[in-house]
Amino acid sequence: MAEPILALSGVSKTYKSGTTALHSVDLTINKGEIFALLGPNGAGKTTLISIVCGIVTPSTGSISVGGHDALRAFKRARRMIGLVPQELSVDMFETVLATVSYSRRLFGYGADPQHVEQVLRDLSLWDKRDAKVMELSGGMKRRVLIAKALAHEPDILFLDEPTAGVDVALRRDMWKLVHKLRARGVTIILTTHYIEEAEEMADRVGVITGGKLLLVEEKATLMRKLGKREMDLTLVEPMTQIPAGLERWHLALENEGKTLRYVFDATEEHTGIPSLLRALAEQGIAFKDLETSKSSLEDIFVDLVGGRAA
Amino acid sequence: MNLNGIWAIYRFEMARALRTVWQSLITPVLLTSLNFIIFGGALGGRIQEVGGVPYGSFLVPGLIMSSLLVQSVSNASIGIYFPKFTGTVFELLSAPISAMEMVIGFVGAATTKSVAIGLVILATATAFVTVRIDHPFAMAALLILTSLAFSLFGFIIGIWAKNFEQLNFVPTLVVTPLTFLGGVFYSIDMLPQPWRTVTLFNPVVYLVSAFRWSFFGTGDVPVLISLGVTAGFLLLCLAVVGWIFRTGWRLKN
Repeated sequence: MAEPILALSGVSKTYKSGTTALHSVDLTINKGEIFALLGPNGAGKTTLISIVCGIVTPSTGSISVGGHDALRAFKRARRMIGLVPQELSVDMFETVLATVSYSRRLFGYGADPQHVEQVLRDLSLWDKRDAKVMELSGGMKRRVLIAKALAHEPDILFLDEPTAGVDVALRRDMWKLVHKLRARGVTIILTTHYIEEAEEMADRVGVITGGKLLLVEEKATLMRKLGKREMDLTLVEPMTQIPAGLERWHLALENEGKTLRYVFDATEEHTGIPSLLRALAEQGIAFKDLETSKSSLEDIFVDLVGGRAA
Repeated sequence: MNLNGIWAIYRFEMARALRTVWQSLITPVLLTSLNFIIFGGALGGRIQEVGGVPYGSFLVPGLIMSSLLVQSVSNASIGIYFPKFTGTVFELLSAPISAMEMVIGFVGAATTKSVAIGLVILATATAFVTVRIDHPFAMAALLILTSLAFSLFGFIIGIWAKNFEQLNFVPTLVVTPLTFLGGVFYSIDMLPQPWRTVTLFNPVVYLVSAFRWSFFGTGDVPVLISLGVTAGFLLLCLAVVGWIFRTGWRLKN
């Protein structure tokens, strides 16, 4: 049975301006899982993370980290947490080794050169240990932030948009690192805009928008919902209505009858595309272009959520 | 208690000062030397003694106190303001460290730096005048107490400041004028009324007076009143810092 390591109950945040960034969120994260929190910009992802980490004070609710109240027993709770923020906020004048060692001590642990070395080697930073942070590339700075978060051996690691603005190679490296950390028993909570990232890493996915946690699903379940794709056929001759005999594909006419749209599930074994194309050929319906597309993850979620709300 | 966390902040702050150690030390040495040349040499020739103390020697406690106040406020304010400015404050706020532990780290480092600068100025002064210290332990205690109080004050300024202009406002436009009008270069007995009474509302007068007492055994105001004012200011700053961390004012949303 899954063992909870983080539990939020009725957590909300209303700023002095009157803006409510988070509406009574209930969420339980299990030990050792990778949880992806998805949502558009301004959805409340960072606010949620910031509240758990102690950077933002919640207006209501309670947070339990490893059984410790994050507000009353904040020291015990925070020692269990590592945070990699979205912004590249790291002291530029320090060396890599100094800033990572600083983070370990700040979280209450004594010096452990072997552990710090291992963290830096895992992140390919060991050769840069004596370099000042300002001398590093953006991707390297992000690795330094991860190293700082791992310096005190946290049980829970928050990654706020960890691969925003990093190249493909580094993104793959980070995915590998996340899997490696999970293998060691670290619980990972990440926010991301990339469907590949959630698909590659997450066990469960939560969707947040407008400060409300709208759904929490197993990845496999969600992927089925997210597996919808669109195929647009640009017709040679525009149509006014869908011809008879094509009902089973639930087609739609778009762009003043110039485009025939088919929505299909890419995860299904039979997408229905070959049979549709054959049926069109049999009816003599010609098209001059074919394009398949998928919505961004956020678009899909917003649509999904909108559909539920309706 | 998170002793490792306190030590981490203290070491980090001291390392920041050591990166600019020559600037940190040469500036007060140069300013002290200039003050002795101008006020002690050029102008001081017209004032032989103040309260039975040669004018050059009379300047020493005031000059030390003057630098101490400005340096304490500046060091402590930049220490906490810079993480806010760069965004690295997230790490402090998310660390398992209490408000008091954080203050000990930051203010402890700022106090250490100020005391070091005070001692450097004292050493520089001996190159120009004969320095007499009647109450060395009281002098050391006042040096530390004043540095601590104004470092706490600087810490509050660093949290309050939203930009560099605000950060420099208090040290430049409040502390420095108060210092110059606080009896650094003169005894308040030399002022005519009503300025003599008005100047008693300047807290720096009490600090300079107490410090001067530790050197020469006499001051402008009784030493116990000076100590009371300094301790009161320290407690006020502690109360404000406590309130800031309870409410998260200008630190947390």
